[in-house]
Amino acid sequence: MIEPDLIRDEELEKLLIEIAELYGYDFTQYSKASIKRRVNRICVIDKFTSFAELRYQLIKQPSYLQRFIEEITVNVTEMFRDPSFYKALRDDVFPQLGTYPIIRIWLAGCSTGEEVYSLAIIAKETNLIQKTLFYATDINPSVLEKARDGIFPLSQMKLYSENYINSGGLKNFSDYYTANYDFARFNDDLKQKMIFSTHNLVSDRSFNEFQLIICRNVLIYFDKDLQAKVFKLFDDSLEHLGFLGLGSKETLRFSQLDKHYHQISTEKIWRKQKEDKRLIKSNHF
Amino acid sequence: MDTIFLIGGSAGSLKVLLEVLPELSANLTFPIIIILHRKGYVDSQLVNLLNAKTSLNVIEPDDKEPLSPGNIYLAPPDYHLLLEQDKTISLDFSEKFNFSRPSIDITFSSAVKIFKENTFALILSGANADGVEGLKAVKANNGTTLAQNPITAEVNYMPLQAITQSKIDFVLNPSEIAAFINKLNVS
Ligand SMILES: C[S@@+](CC[C@H](N)C(=O)[O-])C[C@H]1O[C@@H](n2cnc3c(N)ncnc32)[C@H](O)[C@@H]1O
Repeated sequence: MIEPDLIRDEELEKLLIEIAELYGYDFTQYSKASIKRRVNRICVIDKFTSFAELRYQLIKQPSYLQRFIEEITVNVTEMFRDPSFYKALRDDVFPQLGTYPIIRIWLAGCSTGEEVYSLAIIAKETNLIQKTLFYATDINPSVLEKARDGIFPLSQMKLYSENYINSGGLKNFSDYYTANYDFARFNDDLKQKMIFSTHNLVSDRSFNEFQLIICRNVLIYFDKDLQAKVFKLFDDSLEHLGFLGLGSKETLRFSQLDKHYHQISTEKIWRKQKEDKRLIKSNHF
Repeated sequence: MDTIFLIGGSAGSLKVLLEVLPELSANLTFPIIIILHRKGYVDSQLVNLLNAKTSLNVIEPDDKEPLSPGNIYLAPPDYHLLLEQDKTISLDFSEKFNFSRPSIDITFSSAVKIFKENTFALILSGANADGVEGLKAVKANNGTTLAQNPITAEVNYMPLQAITQSKIDFVLNPSEIAAFINKLNVS
C-alpha cells in the first residue's frame, strides 16, 4: 500500500498460519485487504525494517503476541455509538424483551465495555434491568478487565452524553457515574447483572440461548466465510423471535441466514422468524 | 466485469459529479466507485442527491457488498473502502490516512491490485494531496490515470498535485468526463 508495502500476500498468509498453530489465535480468515493494512501498520509503528523481523519477534517473543492481537483487532468503541441504533433498541426491542421472565443478552466483541454499560442504562430506564443478564465477551482479556471496571475517561462524557440524549435517553446522563479526577466511574447497580468472559468467535462455541445478540463492528474485520460461520454461531445461540443487532455497515443481506430473519427497522437489527415458518422452508430439502 | 472506474474528489468536486452523472450511459458494463471527502453531509443526503441525478443506482455500500456493473458505489463517511479478490467491498475503520477517511489513496491502491491494467482512476477538484499515492499505484500497475483540468477546478490544488507528482494519462474538462466513461462500455 502507500505506507511502505513490506508484506507480500503469501508471507502474511504463512505468518497467520504459524500464529494459529503456535498460539491458537486464528486470524487466517480476517478480511485480507484490511488485515494487511493492520500488519503493515504494526511494522511501521514498531519500526520493523522487514517483515522477517516482525515474524521473528512474534515467534520468539510470546509476550509480543498481545500487542499484535491488539493492533489486528482494533478496539475503538463508544457509549451509545450510533444513537439511532440504541433508540431502536429502546423503542422496538426492549419492550418485546419485557415479555420474557429472564432476558439474556450476549454482547460479542464488547471491547472495553462502553456498549454493555449503554445497554444496562436502557434496561434500567425500561425497568428491565432486574431480570436481565448481560454476557459480554471478547477475544482480548485486557479489554475485558477495563470493561469490568467500568471506568472511562471523563473527557469522553460530553460526547457520550450527547449520544445518550440522541438515543432517546431522558435522564441526566451524569447521574450514572461519579467523576473522579480524569475518570468517570459508572455506578455499581449497572454492573450487577454483567458477566464478562473471553470468547473467541473464530474458535469457541455457543454457550447459551439468548433473546438478543449484539455484535457490532467486529464482523467487518472477518472475511465472508468466517462471517458465515459466525452468523451460524449466532443463529444457534438465538431463541426463536430473538433479535440480532449488527454494526451500521454490517448486514445479514449477503448471508444464507437472511431468509430466516426479518429486518425490523432501518437500523441493522434483525428478528429471527418463528420455528414453524423455518420448518416449512426446510421441509423442501 | 473486469473494468473499474474510480473517482476521487474533495472540495469543489460535487459540482463536477452533478454535471457528469446525468450524462452517463444508463447501461454501463462496469461499476464506478466514488471517494469523496465530505464535510457537512448527513449520511443519506449525499447518496440521495446523487441518485436523483442518474438512472444508475448510487449505493452507499455495506461491508461485503459485491460489485456489480452499472452501479455507482459511494464510500460511506468515516470508512476506508477496499476491494477484495472476489470483487466484494471491504469497509475498513482503521486510522485516517493523510488526514482522510475515506482515503482516495487507499481505495485507488486497493482497487488496482484487483483490477490491474483495467483500472481507471480520476482525480477531481480538491484542497489536499490525497490521491497522488493512489495514482502512482495505478500507474505502476499499468492502469489509466486521469485528472480534472485544474483550470476548470473550483480548488485546483488536488488535480495540480496529481498532474505534477504522478503521471497522468488524460486531463479532462468536466464536460468531457461522461463521454470518456461511456466510451469504456463494452458492447
Ligand atoms: C472495533 S471493536 C468493536 C467494539 C464494540 N462492539 C463497538 O461496536 O463499539 C472490535 C472488537 O472485536 C474484538 N474481536 C476481534 N476479533 C474477535 C474474535 N475473533 N472473537 C471475539 N472478539 C473479537 C476485538 O478485541 C475488539 O474489542
